Amino acid sequence: MILFLNQLINGLHVGSIYALIALGYTMVYGIIKLINFAHGDILMIGAYTIVVTISFMGWPIAVAIIVSILACVLFGVVIERFAYKPLRSSPKISSLITAIGVSMLLQNGAQLIFSPNPKPFPILLNAPPLNLGPLQISFTTILTFAVAIISMISLQGFVSTFKMGKAMRAVSEDMDAAQLMGINANHTITATFAIGCGLAGVGALLYCMAYPTVSPTLGSLPGIKAFIAAVLGGIGIMPGAMLGGFILGIAESLTKGYISSQLSDAVVYGILIIVLLFKPAGLLGKSVSEKV
Amino acid sequence: MLKIENVNLFYGAIHALHDISFHVAPGEIVTLIGANGAGKTSILHAISSLIPYRDGEVIFSGKKLKKLPAYEIVNMGLAHVPEGRRVFGRMTVKENLDMGAYTRHDTKETHADMQRVFQHFPRLKERRGQLAGTLSGGEQQMLSIGRALMSRPKLLMMDEPSMGLSPILVSEIFSIIREINQEGTTVLLVEQNAHMALSVANRGYVLETGRVVLEGAAKALLNNSEVKRAYLGTA
Ligand SMILES: Nc1ncnc2c1ncn2[C@@H]1O[C@H](COP(=O)(O)OP(=O)(O)OP(=O)(O)O)[C@@H](O)[C@H]1O
Ligand SMILES: [Mg+2]
Repeated sequence: MILFLNQLINGLHVGSIYALIALGYTMVYGIIKLINFAHGDILMIGAYTIVVTISFMGWPIAVAIIVSILACVLFGVVIERFAYKPLRSSPKISSLITAIGVSMLLQNGAQLIFSPNPKPFPILLNAPPLNLGPLQISFTTILTFAVAIISMISLQGFVSTFKMGKAMRAVSEDMDAAQLMGINANHTITATFAIGCGLAGVGALLYCMAYPTVSPTLGSLPGIKAFIAAVLGGIGIMPGAMLGGFILGIAESLTKGYISSQLSDAVVYGILIIVLLFKPAGLLGKSVSEKV
Repeated sequence: MLKIENVNLFYGAIHALHDISFHVAPGEIVTLIGANGAGKTSILHAISSLIPYRDGEVIFSGKKLKKLPAYEIVNMGLAHVPEGRRVFGRMTVKENLDMGAYTRHDTKETHADMQRVFQHFPRLKERRGQLAGTLSGGEQQMLSIGRALMSRPKLLMMDEPSMGLSPILVSEIFSIIREINQEGTTVLLVEQNAHMALSVANRGYVLETGRVVLEGAAKALLNNSEVKRAYLGTA
């Protein structure tokens, strides 16, 4: 029982990180139908920004965090503007290959600047764990979970109440119809990248607090996991990304606890395959047959 | 009010619109009729800047629209009810109507306009919290029209509003089109249902394979033997 609860808590911990990153994949996919393979590498940008600003330049933590999130936003917006926007009316495969190219560019760029050797991620907080009877929950876990939940609730609030948020939903459903309403699709797409990559910035911070080494390929693993989470929940659907993230995190950590660490990835892919066999559009995805 | 001058539109090598010219005067209902693939939707897309056209001009209220992006056109008072409704299925009825008023900032008047839309379409009022994707085809058409009205357009363009609807709903939609026009909105109506369209319109243009082949008063077109043979199914 203790093992189960501990693994469940660990699962919620990594799951909330996957969920945050998955939101970026799903929002971008929702609006321009592109799998942004460079999304994981945005995490790496955020992580190196923290390393540089805190370990090398000694900035205050709060400032460094804000700067790192802004760096992620900036990279996201610039990548969209210069790599994806020119290809918006080309076949999807062109943008997909471009996305892979951007990912390699970012990884190799980081290798050039920071060398392939991993750098330690600075310790951002040192707080005692919370003791709940026999259970010990680390402060990082609580913080991660809280930050992720708050981010997701804010995002939901944003897309359901704010004009820009609603415009994002409208553009992701039907770009032409949205433009007929007077919505500037370009602005909306920029905002989507900004928000998705901002969430990746938050995810980077939380991820590196859990796994404190930073290398140029840091983003690959959480990137692919979050992508699976997004597909699992139904790509393009925001609640799906969150659900997928948590399911993935929990499944992974229960496998690690009960079966073996080596098998956790196999289980993750297994779940994905089984879900897609029965629900090809993902858990919350409807194979929508629009009325005509 | 709206003037189309010698518009030529290409899809790759396909020459879809040949020297299209027509006009719509304030207060009118003008209809464009034609068979599948005649180019009706292409004309509306060109007017709304959803597709670029090679040459020719679209002039609305004295301004050339060619270089304007699609999202700036609704602000000039030109609304477009697209073919196939195109409502936002995962948004509620109310949110769809809000999207129609996206560019407006006059909250009070926008609210009044929403009440007017609900008067035209009481069914939308009952269902305002429902997701648009779960509405029936007829209700979606009403929503699509209502959404366009929310921008308070001077000219309302409609692309086959009767498509796929039962005869009763078709006559309901057409009587609402007439009401909207009587309230002062000019209407450009694209239809395959030539009989209905010509009976509400003041004037009409007949399109065939991307060309205007006939034009005239709606009554005259209704009695034109060519039109009767080709579009009304009577000789
Ligand atoms: N995106 C496109 N690419 C290539 N050809 C197109 C495209 N859209 C339309 N066409 C062609 O242009 C011509 C006019 O099409 P359009 O959709 O304007 O006709 P329509 O009169 O609206 O027909 P319908 O009554 O079926 O809606 C057709 O021959 C069509 O095949
Ligand atoms: Mg058409």
